[in-house]
Amino acid sequence: MTTGYNFAYLNEQTKRMIRRALLKAVAIPGYQVPFASREMPMPYGWGTGGVQVTASILTPGDTLKVIDQGADDTTNAVSIRKFFVRTAGVATTEETEKASIIQTRHRVPEASLREDQILVYQVPIPEPLRFLEPRETETRKMHALEEYGIMHVKLYEDIARHGHIATAYAYPAKVNGRYVFDPSPIPKFDNPKLDDCAALQLFGAGREKRIYAVPPYTKVTSLDFEDHPFSVQKWEEPCALCGSTTTYLDEIILDDKGKRMFVCSDTDHCRKAQEKAA
Amino acid sequence: MYVAVKGGEKAIDAAHRLLGEERRGNPDIPEITTTQIGEQLTLAVDRVMTEGSLYDRELAAVAIKQARGDLIEAIFLIRASRTTLPRYGYSTPIETSDMLIRRRISAAFKDMPGGQILGPTFDYTHRLLEFEASETPAAPVETGPADLDRTMPRVLDLIGAEGLIEAASSTSGEPGDLTREPLAFPADRDLRLQSLVRGDEGFLLALGYSTQRGYGRSHPFAGEIRYGEVAVSFTPEELGFEIEIGAIDITECEMINQFKGSAGVPPQFTRGYGLSFGQCERKAMSMALVDRALRVRELDEEQTAPAQDEEFVLSHADNVQATGFVEHLKLPHYVDFQAELELLRRLRREAQGLDQEAAE
Repeated sequence: MTTGYNFAYLNEQTKRMIRRALLKAVAIPGYQVPFASREMPMPYGWGTGGVQVTASILTPGDTLKVIDQGADDTTNAVSIRKFFVRTAGVATTEETEKASIIQTRHRVPEASLREDQILVYQVPIPEPLRFLEPRETETRKMHALEEYGIMHVKLYEDIARHGHIATAYAYPAKVNGRYVFDPSPIPKFDNPKLDDCAALQLFGAGREKRIYAVPPYTKVTSLDFEDHPFSVQKWEEPCALCGSTTTYLDEIILDDKGKRMFVCSDTDHCRKAQEKAA
Repeated sequence: MYVAVKGGEKAIDAAHRLLGEERRGNPDIPEITTTQIGEQLTLAVDRVMTEGSLYDRELAAVAIKQARGDLIEAIFLIRASRTTLPRYGYSTPIETSDMLIRRRISAAFKDMPGGQILGPTFDYTHRLLEFEASETPAAPVETGPADLDRTMPRVLDLIGAEGLIEAASSTSGEPGDLTREPLAFPADRDLRLQSLVRGDEGFLLALGYSTQRGYGRSHPFAGEIRYGEVAVSFTPEELGFEIEIGAIDITECEMINQFKGSAGVPPQFTRGYGLSFGQCERKAMSMALVDRALRVRELDEEQTAPAQDEEFVLSHADNVQATGFVEHLKLPHYVDFQAELELLRRLRREAQGLDQEAAE
């Protein structure tokens, strides 16, 4: 463990400021709470929001799991895990069941989470309306007035043009019947896992200086239409390693002749399934 | 056969060792020292301090060396280090009219009290590569006239007396602190200036340039540019009086801009303000142009150009944020890419199906 820094890098005043933002976020599910995000020793875009949230809630007794694209051994997940080992000396794990805090980028673990777990999401653009209306002054008003018409129009135009809603990840959802929020760039496959989840879900956007939350057992409804209900991705083949047909799969290109295979994106879940089968 | 993408940790360690090697370069060439950087690459140090929001020449030199001369990377190192520093309080405002002048020029007046002091500048050099420059020991420069020691009035204060120029705005109450509260829009001038001073020099340069070329034109004159040393004072609560804790080099630029007047205000000159640590003159000038451009709301002007759009300017001025988000595209995105692939394949399959139906 590296000495010379406070536990988990951030000083206590900063943690207190972030915890206050977290409490507000939990109290108003899906509302984006502005917070005085700090410059972290990793670049913006590398998960500085998630790292600040994790640093603020971490205690010496915690067991931390960090995943990126569902995997524990992707370079950025390795780097963030190392950062907390160095600055906080906490135990780490690759097993979803054994973790008390899971920081993730782009995926929700396949295994269901428990009440004693917290899932921390890294968020690049917290504003679901940003690409429809780039101005913060406008989008804040829309949220305040619960004026989400432009989002529905966008989804409708997708259907009119393509026959489908053409949003495959960062799929907008409504939290607790009030705020439309961005679940971070997880594939829409993962959206149903956010609904009524036993674990506390915290979202940190460092560059954009926003924190939001989905408290345990909160309704999260992916936006859709009665005649075009929300649906998730499906694959025509099972995972080539564990044979799963119910998990999110990554496509691996095997040669230059178009040969490819599909494997679980959640490496821990896949390994467990293989062990069970063996 | 599927080769698991394992060994990320080993690869990262190896990559970092390789980086260390590259940074050092050929070991037969003497290693550059941070003292040399601090003494000889002073303008790089100035920029890193300004945009890193931390006045510390030694740390900035260390950062420049560690970053292999990549100044945005060095600025990032300084910002990250700044995060861990405790905050004791705020200094009392520096008084730039008490500056120990090293350079002071005005493009608006031929002469004024205190005179034009060129100081160290590239301005009138011929940009001819001086191949021998590093070898030649520079002859010591004759010391300037003795009255350089006295402080000089600021040029804009001289014409201010006549009422031709708006008063320098002093917002009542405490200024905000961008590093302690997230920036919210619309932003007042105190926060806009804080945001601009740590904003990327290149971005502000381009925006300032755009105002000169007609995108939000504000007819600027360089009223005064001064560079020199100012004292920094602090009032500790337990003492209750001000003590001088040090001195810093800064560059200040005050632009004079035309203003046609509005319903409530007669025509007068208006101000644009720029400030930097060290001698970041280009930065201070660009900042002053952009500051003035961003005052459209306050001066009841029509907003027509990018440089006048505060959400656009302030949200994109910070190079640490910008470089992070641009470069994060290097991180794996295969989950989302897979989601897009799946969608695109489905859409194309359906489109082809429809085409076939149409053909039949």
